[in-house]
Amino acid sequence: MRFKRTRKGIEATVDPFEAEVLAQCATELLDLLGVELDEGDADPLAALVGLPSGDVEAPQDPALQRLLPHAYGDDDPEASREFRRYTDADLRAGKRASAGTVLATLPLEGGKLLLDPEQAGAWLACLNDLRLVLGTRLEVTEQTDAEDYAPEDPRRHALQVYGWLGWLQETLVESLMWRRKTDRRGAV
Amino acid sequence: MTAPAQVERPAADESTHDARPWVTIVWNDPVNLMSYVTYVLQDLFGYSRAKATELMLAVHHEGRAVVSNGSREQMEHDVARCHARGLWATLQQD
Repeated sequence: MRFKRTRKGIEATVDPFEAEVLAQCATELLDLLGVELDEGDADPLAALVGLPSGDVEAPQDPALQRLLPHAYGDDDPEASREFRRYTDADLRAGKRASAGTVLATLPLEGGKLLLDPEQAGAWLACLNDLRLVLGTRLEVTEQTDAEDYAPEDPRRHALQVYGWLGWLQETLVESLMWRRKTDRRGAV
Repeated sequence: MTAPAQVERPAADESTHDARPWVTIVWNDPVNLMSYVTYVLQDLFGYSRAKATELMLAVHHEGRAVVSNGSREQMEHDVARCHARGLWATLQQD
């Protein structure tokens, strides 16, 4: 599986195993993003008109922290809290929507994947979120290499998935960059 | 293509109120792909490939880079857009 730009859009051929891995990752991401939201005692009226109903706690889980980071430095927790109060729901909703697009467009039995620009943007954002979660959980550094782990170590397999997601994302970035270049030709 | 306007910093003794501009800072992290960061900086801020690459490399080598500046409200908007794309960004007064 790799993304490429064609006349029809962004395309990839997905095999069933790849589809299964992606579907599992995206489903876990949805679970991760959803859990804390449902725990809040949201005021239904406030939710209806899109107002935050109260303080939104910063996540404790490091992976979720990385997806929903503080907006201000450590010296201004009050400003970060206020920012989170107004933006947390939208940020989570956007990430859930991207994961939803991945699950909706993924051919679960394997096959051709054809994405329009909006869907490609959702795939790009979601692949990045998946890598942020996995990378945070595995505590990767720029030097991390799956080959450094013993074959029976579960982290080795997880790092191989992480590496594959990165490679896949790279092919998608390249496909989108190519579009940008042609879109802008003669326009500047 | 456009880039955020440069805001002149007033001399410290010019005014009693704090007129320093706010900035959006993108921080280095070991996960985000260099190509992805470059793409997002182009897409969000309208930077040329060359400028976006320069900023990405500053993030990568120096640990952080200022990617936009303006009012506090504008920078909150920019930080939210960065978070939506998975970039680790914060805002602060310059």
